[in-house]
This record gives sequence, structure tokens and C-alpha cells, in this order.
Amino acid sequence: MTGGEEQSEAVGQAAADGPGRRARVVLVDDHRMFRTGVRAEIGQTASTGVDVVGEAADVEEAVAVVTATRPDVVLLDVHLPGGGGVEVLRRCAPLMPGGTAPATSAEGAGAVRFLALSVSDAAEDVIGVIRGGARGYVTKTITGTDLVDAIFRVADGDAVFSPRLAGFVLDAFAATDTPPVDEDLDRLTTREREVLRLIARGYAYKEIAKQLFISVKTVESHVSAVLRKLQLSNRHELTRWAAARRLV
Amino acid sequence: MPGTPRTCDDQGVSAAAEVPTDAPEAPTRVRKLYRIPEGRMISGVANGLAAHLGLPVFWVRVAFVVLLLGNGLGALLYAAFWFAVPMGMRAGTPPTTWQHGSIGPYSLVKEPTGWRRGLRAVQQTLQGEPRTGAAADAEGRRRPAEDETHRGPLLALIALVAGVLVLFNTLTRQSSSPYIWPFLVAGLGVAVVWRQADDARWARWFSLGDSKRGSATLRLSAGVALVVAGVVGFLIESGSIGDFAKVTQAVLAVLAGVLLLAGPYLLRMWQDLSTERRERIRAQERAEVAAHIHDSVLHTLTLILRNADDPKEVSRLARAQERDLRQWLYRPAGAEESDTPDTLAESVRKVAAEVEDLHGIPVEVICVGDCPMDERLAAQLQAAREAMVNAAKYGGGEPVSVYAEVEGNTVWVFVRDRGPGFDLASVPEDRMGVRGSIIGRMERHGGHARVRPAPAGGTEVELEMERANG
Repeated sequence: MTGGEEQSEAVGQAAADGPGRRARVVLVDDHRMFRTGVRAEIGQTASTGVDVVGEAADVEEAVAVVTATRPDVVLLDVHLPGGGGVEVLRRCAPLMPGGTAPATSAEGAGAVRFLALSVSDAAEDVIGVIRGGARGYVTKTITGTDLVDAIFRVADGDAVFSPRLAGFVLDAFAATDTPPVDEDLDRLTTREREVLRLIARGYAYKEIAKQLFISVKTVESHVSAVLRKLQLSNRHELTRWAAARRLV
Repeated sequence: MPGTPRTCDDQGVSAAAEVPTDAPEAPTRVRKLYRIPEGRMISGVANGLAAHLGLPVFWVRVAFVVLLLGNGLGALLYAAFWFAVPMGMRAGTPPTTWQHGSIGPYSLVKEPTGWRRGLRAVQQTLQGEPRTGAAADAEGRRRPAEDETHRGPLLALIALVAGVLVLFNTLTRQSSSPYIWPFLVAGLGVAVVWRQADDARWARWFSLGDSKRGSATLRLSAGVALVVAGVVGFLIESGSIGDFAKVTQAVLAVLAGVLLLAGPYLLRMWQDLSTERRERIRAQERAEVAAHIHDSVLHTLTLILRNADDPKEVSRLARAQERDLRQWLYRPAGAEESDTPDTLAESVRKVAAEVEDLHGIPVEVICVGDCPMDERLAAQLQAAREAMVNAAKYGGGEPVSVYAEVEGNTVWVFVRDRGPGFDLASVPEDRMGVRGSIIGRMERHGGHARVRPAPAGGTEVELEMERANG
């Protein structure tokens, strides 16, 4: 997704944040080969700062491993035996930021964040896991460096959108924007829409910042805002949107 | 990447992917009698007989009408044929869900059209007999449908007159035959129901859709009502209506007994039958999936094995296969595979897929909103295609991003690559790719194209077009 230079730069930045900069990650995927591949790609702690602390192949196992290890980020497959990624999200909801788990002391500390990593690019899968509380969605075609970047971004509480997800979100909000009775909260601001559009056009966050003359942090906060609206508000309209397309 | 190797294996895949068609074995087949539903008047008996005997359908119908005058023998014969002869079809109509696999040996010859045909029709109507020496008669067989169109009204008139004559004839002899009215009514009801059953079967075989369900029910109930009325009339006429109640009671009692005895057995048989049918359907589905996997995935895997040392080719094959399989798996149920998609999003995806296959560069397509295609959007699509090809060729092998958005009447398409980028001003005047195919084309159709360097390297082409129909 990103060009050569800024990839290495991004990873360098992640590593340069300090030796204490570590992310503990759990892999949830029913294909052992895939887990092995991802682990080999991102698990070199020395160079990437990612610690793979657990793996799981189905929903039961995933809930158990996540509860036991309390990782920073869970890489979650959408299609899993035993109910799928949405089921994992539902049962791990207390562990997420703002959840009711006892270990969640302050905002973010000890909280588990979920990043969906799936081969599926069907709208219902994508919207489903995002609504379930995942903090981002990337497809399995992502490169290792991009994935590491995404993991750290999610660990920091930001959201990660792939171009395809941005397209789905734009589609969803475009379809629901027509009734003027909606509260402003439910709509995307012009800026958020602009950011999403650039993501959909294949721009990296950094490129978007350059294009719009804003900082990367601002881009990230826009994306987070979109995610928040997607999860919390607009539930009614999204359901209607999904129903109209026979997605649910 | 202009030098992407194109191996001959590529053709091997497409050739192997072709669906094997059943070889026709027409010459040795025994000519069987079928009813032909096209252009039929009632159930296609006359049509089928005419084609089978090589006679004009008109004369077959006349024969039936003449026979009808002989105490209704024509009607009886017709009913017998209707009952006994299976529904067939002409060669040339697609036998998509045809079950028996054998198709009637009928074929149509191409017709002269326009004024010549009209002239012939006038001639035929005036002379009342088949025109001789026509080239179309070379086969020695006339086309039923052709005759139908010109002589239909004439024949209908004759049949009507004949029918009225028969009716008049029988009615004047009513004293000798008091049951004629009940018989007529019941016969009409039977005909209606039979015709209905015929149509229903036909519709099921060819899945013509169920839009006529309401009228089907109506016709069925009308037919049943007619038959019941006929029977009741018969009973009244014969004065045995009083015994009817007793007989009915007895019949019901016997029926109940039979049901009690044979019920479990019948139920078991029915269940077995449906189980067997379900299993057959499942087996068929499995066979279809297996065939598809074999034709596509296995062939591609073989190719990948053979090209294992050429990563570019391998990934190209894998990508094309993945898209193909995905499309096949997730296509909406009942969707026809058509070559020309009629909405923008589908068209953009198709074009992107073509470019991806051709150049071996991944093209990621995001579409927001959708709208039907029109000629302006077609031009925009052409321009977008050119932009994609450029991006694939000169984009340094990096993935190409395509984003299409429909916003009200405006359609935007962005094509971006991450290659070295280029300066439009420095391109020589005679290179027309970008100027002619992209910018010029968009301007000609009332749109705009902008080619500009993307912020982090690469080039982005922006195409903006208003939709044609408001």
C-alpha cells in the first residue's frame, strides 16, 4: 500500500520510539500455515518490536488465549470455526478499552485492541467486525512492514483503514446521508470524508497529511472519529444500509 | 512492465476452461413424434404431427377440423394425441434444463423477410394453396410457424364455423341425446386443466418464471368448476342425484380404508423419493463444483508448478485465478454471466481485471456508489483503461489503485501509480497516449482529465464526467 521509502521510514519510526516500544500480539486464524507465515514476518522482536505471545485457531481458543495473555493487539481472522471473528469480539468485549474487565485501570492500559486481518473483502464481513469493536481492518495482501505499522497504530488507540474499508464506509454514509433529520454526530464531516476518500484512493496516512497540509496525527484522529461514528452512532442507518443490500 | 512474458500455457488454460458440450448425434436418431409448443394453438399436436409427417400444419389442422364434423371424432383424436404424445421442442431453442436429452429432429430454415414475405402471404391467402417452386421448399418441408402467422386467422374462422355447426347439429338432436350439455361442459373443463398442466410442466422445465401463478390458479379452479358442473349436470339429467349422496359416502369410506392401509407405505415411498431427489441434487452440485475446480484451479496450479522459477508469472496466474474463483463463489444466485456489465462499478472492475491479467500488475479497485452505464461513462471508462495501462506499464511494478465514485450526477475515477512519475510538458508532442486517449477523449465527451504527480511519488490521473441522462 505504501511506497518503499515511507515503509521503512514508518518501521524505523516505530522502532525508534524507544527500546520500550513493544507490542504483544496474539494471532487468531484457523490456518496454521498462515499463522506461521505472519509470525515469521512480524515476530522478529529485535527488528520489529512485535512479540507474538499466543496463537489460536478457533473462537474458544481465542477467547481463552486473549483472556490469559492480555496482549496489546489481537490479529483477528474474520472467518473462524465456532462463530467467526464477531463472536470473539463479542465475548472479549470486557477486555477492550472502556470495557468492564477488572484489570483495565486507566484508558488503554491493559486493554486489548483488535485488528481484523482477513482475506475476505466482502462488505458484511468488514462492517461486521468494525461494528463489533475491531479497531481496524486490513486484508491479507498487506505487506509485513505495513502490518507492523498497523499493529503499532492500533496499539496506540488509532484506527487503521484499508482502502477497501474506506470505500465501504463512504458507501455506507453516502447512502444514509440523505435524510436531513439525522444528528450531526451521525454524519461524516467534509474533512473526514476527504480523508476517507484519499484512503480509498490508495494513499497512506502520511501522504494524506501531505496532500491536505495537516499532520499525520490529525489524519489519524479523523480516521478514529470515523470509526467511532461507525461503531457507536448510525447503527440504525447502517443496519438499514446493510439490509437494503441484503448483507444481514 | 512491457516485457511480461506471455506463455502459450495461457491458452491452455482458457481452452481447458471451456465447458465440454454434448456432441450432437442427429443423423442416426429415430424420428419420434413430439408436440411442438411454439406457435401452437392448443397443445401443439397439429404442429408436431405436421413436422413429423412433413406436411403443412395448416392441412393437419384442416384435417382435424374436418374430422370434428364427423361426430366429434377430431376432438377425440386430438385429445388422444395430446394425452399420449410427449412435449418436444425444436432444434435451435436452448435446451438448458431439458431432461431427456433427446430433442425432436426439427429445424427451421431462415425466412425471407420484409415485403417479399408479405407479398407471399397475400398470394397464399388469395390463392388458398401453397405457392410452388419456392427456394424455401427445397427441403420438402414447410415451416409451421410461417403458415401459422398468415393462415392463423383463416383457420380460426374455419374452426369457429365448424364448431358452431357441430354444436348446432348436436343441439337440434338434443331430444335423442340429453347428456350433450354436461359432456360439453365437462370436456371443456378437462381441456382447460390439461392445457394448464401442460403449461405448468413446460414452465418448470424451462423455468419461465412464476409471474403467472395467479392466472394459473384461476384457470385450474375454472377447469375444475367446469368438470364438476358437467358431472352434476349429468347426474341431474340421469335423475340419479338422490343416489349420489349414498355413493359418495361409500366411496369416501373405501378411500379412508385404503388410505389407512396404504398410508404408511405411501408416506415412506414419498419420503424415500424426496430424499433420493435431494441427494441427487447434492451430487449434481458437487459434480459441478468439482468440474469448475478442475477446469480452473487445478489447471492453474499445474501452470504454477511449471513456472515455479518465474515469480512474476506465478503471482499473475495466482491473482487471475483468485479473482476468477472469488467471482464464481460469491456471484449472486441466479446471476447470468454476461460479457458486458451494465453498471459502472462492474465495468470498472472488469477493465481493471483485464489490465491486471494483461500486465501482471495488481490493480486494486474501490468503487463507491454505482450507476448505469451510458455513452459518456463508456468514454470515461476507456480513458480510465488507458490510464490503468499506463500505470501498469510505467508504474515500476507497484500496485495500481483505482477509485471510482458516483456522487449525484458526477462520476469521478482516480487512477494512481507509485512509479517514477512524469512531467506531461516534457512528453514529446507526437506521443498521443495521455493527450489523445485520456485528456482529449474526456474533453470530447464533456468531461475533464487532470494528470498530476501524487504527493509521495507516482502519478495520479483524475477523470471527471457528468452522467448523460440528468
